[in-house]
Amino acid sequence: MVQLKINQKKYEIDADKSMPLLWALRDKVGLTGTKFGCGVAQCGACTVHVNGEAVRSCVTPISAVEGKEITTIEGLSSDLSHPLQQAWIAEDVPQCGYCQSGQIMSAAVLLKHNDQPSDEDINDVMTGNICRCGTYNRIRRAIHQAAKTVRKQKEDNS
Amino acid sequence: MRIINGMTRRSFLKTSAAVLGGLVIGFQLPSSGRRIEAKSKWASADIANAFLRIGEDDSITILVNHSEMGQGVYTSLPMIVAEELDCNWDNVRVEPAPVNMVYGHTTFGSQMTGGSSSVWTEWERLRLVGATAKAMLIATAAKTWEVAVESCRAQNSVVFHDESKRQLTYGQLATQASQMSTPTQVNLKDPKDFKIIGTPVKRLDTPEKTNGEAIFGMDVNLPGMLTAVVKRSPIFGGKVKSFSADKAKAISGVKSVLQISSGIAVVADNFWTAKRGAQALEIVWDEGPDANLSTEQQTKQYAALAETPGAVARKKGNIQTAIDVSATKLEAVYDVPYLAHAPMEPLNCVADVRKDGCDVWTGTQLQTAEHATAKAITGLPAEKVKIHTTLLGGGFGRRAVPDCHFVSEAVQISKALKKPIKVVWTREDDIQGGWYRPRYYHKISAGINEDKKPIAWKHTIVGQSITAGTPFEAFMVRHGVDVTSVEGAENLPYAIPNVLVDLHSPRHKVPVLWWRSVGGTHNAFAVECFLDEVAHAAGRDPYEFRRELLAGQPRHLKALELAISKSNWGKPLPERHGRGLAVHSCFGSFVAQVAEVSVSKEGKVKVHNVVCAVDCGPIVNPNTIDAQIEGGIVFGLAAALYGEVTLKNGRAQQSNFYDYKVLRMDEMPKVETHIVPSTDKMGGIGEVSVPPIAPAVVNAIFDATGKRIRQLPISSEELRS
Repeated sequence: MVQLKINQKKYEIDADKSMPLLWALRDKVGLTGTKFGCGVAQCGACTVHVNGEAVRSCVTPISAVEGKEITTIEGLSSDLSHPLQQAWIAEDVPQCGYCQSGQIMSAAVLLKHNDQPSDEDINDVMTGNICRCGTYNRIRRAIHQAAKTVRKQKEDNS
Repeated sequence: MRIINGMTRRSFLKTSAAVLGGLVIGFQLPSSGRRIEAKSKWASADIANAFLRIGEDDSITILVNHSEMGQGVYTSLPMIVAEELDCNWDNVRVEPAPVNMVYGHTTFGSQMTGGSSSVWTEWERLRLVGATAKAMLIATAAKTWEVAVESCRAQNSVVFHDESKRQLTYGQLATQASQMSTPTQVNLKDPKDFKIIGTPVKRLDTPEKTNGEAIFGMDVNLPGMLTAVVKRSPIFGGKVKSFSADKAKAISGVKSVLQISSGIAVVADNFWTAKRGAQALEIVWDEGPDANLSTEQQTKQYAALAETPGAVARKKGNIQTAIDVSATKLEAVYDVPYLAHAPMEPLNCVADVRKDGCDVWTGTQLQTAEHATAKAITGLPAEKVKIHTTLLGGGFGRRAVPDCHFVSEAVQISKALKKPIKVVWTREDDIQGGWYRPRYYHKISAGINEDKKPIAWKHTIVGQSITAGTPFEAFMVRHGVDVTSVEGAENLPYAIPNVLVDLHSPRHKVPVLWWRSVGGTHNAFAVECFLDEVAHAAGRDPYEFRRELLAGQPRHLKALELAISKSNWGKPLPERHGRGLAVHSCFGSFVAQVAEVSVSKEGKVKVHNVVCAVDCGPIVNPNTIDAQIEGGIVFGLAAALYGEVTLKNGRAQQSNFYDYKVLRMDEMPKVETHIVPSTDKMGGIGEVSVPPIAPAVVNAIFDATGKRIRQLPISSEELRS
């Protein structure tokens, strides 16, 4: 048994400790928003947050994340209110949509550390996430737009 | 949630019972006022409510018979219905259609998605659906109010009688309207009155694709379901000779190991365990006849074939005489590799075979064929076999397999184990598993006369046939020529008086398949690059040269002129920067692209921007067109820069995204899409921007460096200075 804290909820996972977090999420907990794309940390579709940092869940054994705060796309917001989700909708980013959970989760960590990312900053982080439909330019626009929202929120709160 | 899927439908129905029961509008499609003849093959369908349900709660549910794989049909097709229905777009929901003849493709017959055809082939039918329902709702209101139909109008899901200031919503009218007989003729709107069509409408499926709710085949979970990973022959054409399951079965959680038609399946209670089990299998393979096949050997074979006459795809004038009298002669070989589709969602299928029925959940492009396959394997009557189409995590042709292998595997295993089974392919299974865009070898020669005009064009194509041995062969192979091998080459649009295009279709055990834009993927590369060579040999500007040769092709010409006018064609560029142009027509649309690139001293190519002009006829959703053009360019660019599956000992040498590289964010060029205003025949959009990008980039590399790339993927080695 491995205890995981996912989206503020505790789960007892009955699985080998070496099982990748991705499969614990998908096959054990039933959170299917996190996607399988390559299994070798090459495509970023499986990106989740562990203690607030982006992690490729397909190569992260559950033993390594025991007791840590895990956030999946389902836990990013309960109502599509995250600035990135709003920007994704405004820019109509997804095509097939399969990679987009991972894209948003990677972008969310980028924005947390840098609310005014340059194109280069975006490349540095987002180049780890593949989109075969080719939504990269809309992703870039949406990140810039979400960053603006984040900055405005900070201004309003200060 | 705007997309109702197999998983959410049950709970959805519980909470929205109002949309069921007698509250649906049932009708058979009449003919339109503008068209006398209805197409009998779908007009005679015997099931009602095929495409539209209107609920008492004013909900509008549109059943979509084409698969959503990113191209936006779950938005563009409902837009067509909604336009004629004059309904409230905010209440529109989409439900994937079940398998039934009524949902057959209006041009190809069976229920399927492919060939960039969804919008233009549903255009007439879905307009009729919307217009018919609206006519019935208006007639119902008129009858209720005892007024003339002509004195009523519909807008935003409400029927109005302005004179008496009365109104009823579609939901209020739906029950009674469902009792009405279907009108035999309805009028379609004049396009100038369109309110939705032609406007950039946001996709209905975007919200659920940003919070993890969207259900792809991979996400389907049934009670008691097990997951299977199948070990298939690593050698194309190989078969299982013998195997030992002992080590696989020793892994805790592995439930079963069984042989199926494609290999050995390991079944476990989750994917990770099944995958470890598959890795632990010990299999001896009968390697089959292609066990020595290699890329090098294939190159020699194809080069030799290209020296011999092939099956003639197009013949005009007298090619040999024309070449003989030419003042300048050119000859070149263009060579492109096998390509994997690599959709982001690896292939998968869920099957639940029971004594009393079979349910299949999968993201497929070929519903009718999958249905027939599941029916044949289970032996169940057709009506007991249900195919539930999920969202597709990318298709690109990979989910349109004539032999239905990914569905067949799941149905076989579920039938054997009497349990719901999800078969999941690993990325390695995907990249190494075949069903590639074939490797193609092109030999082209041309002759230019003393007036610097091209007078001869001889193009020999060598590559596997995609349709040979499939049900598609009957209508796609003509006189030994697979149309998918020569499209984009045999219909050479340039005014050259003597043309010969011929084809060799060698057979190998490597399974091959349509890959987004099919023949155009390689023919546009060979044709548009070689034409550039001819232009330079004639001392002409590649744009001016094309413009003259396309004088009789108004739609090509309009796309070309628009792309040039929006680019900086002819303007000076920094050193090692260049511009390249390509023009192509496929799937009824016409595209021109200008790419601007730079090449570093180390030979690294960077594509800075692409200007694309497209004439696809009248448009439905410019938002989708923009996205598809951009996406197609990314897809084609990935292949031009990186895409390659090579063979050694009958096996694929690449296996995952580290050696089968694709385009990433840092390499994404700026893309500008310009739509040619057009009232011409409507064409496709999903694939049309793929073919021109490789030649546009390669022609730009020539402009930048003077070096001519003739083999894909582009090699930095060749460009190093």
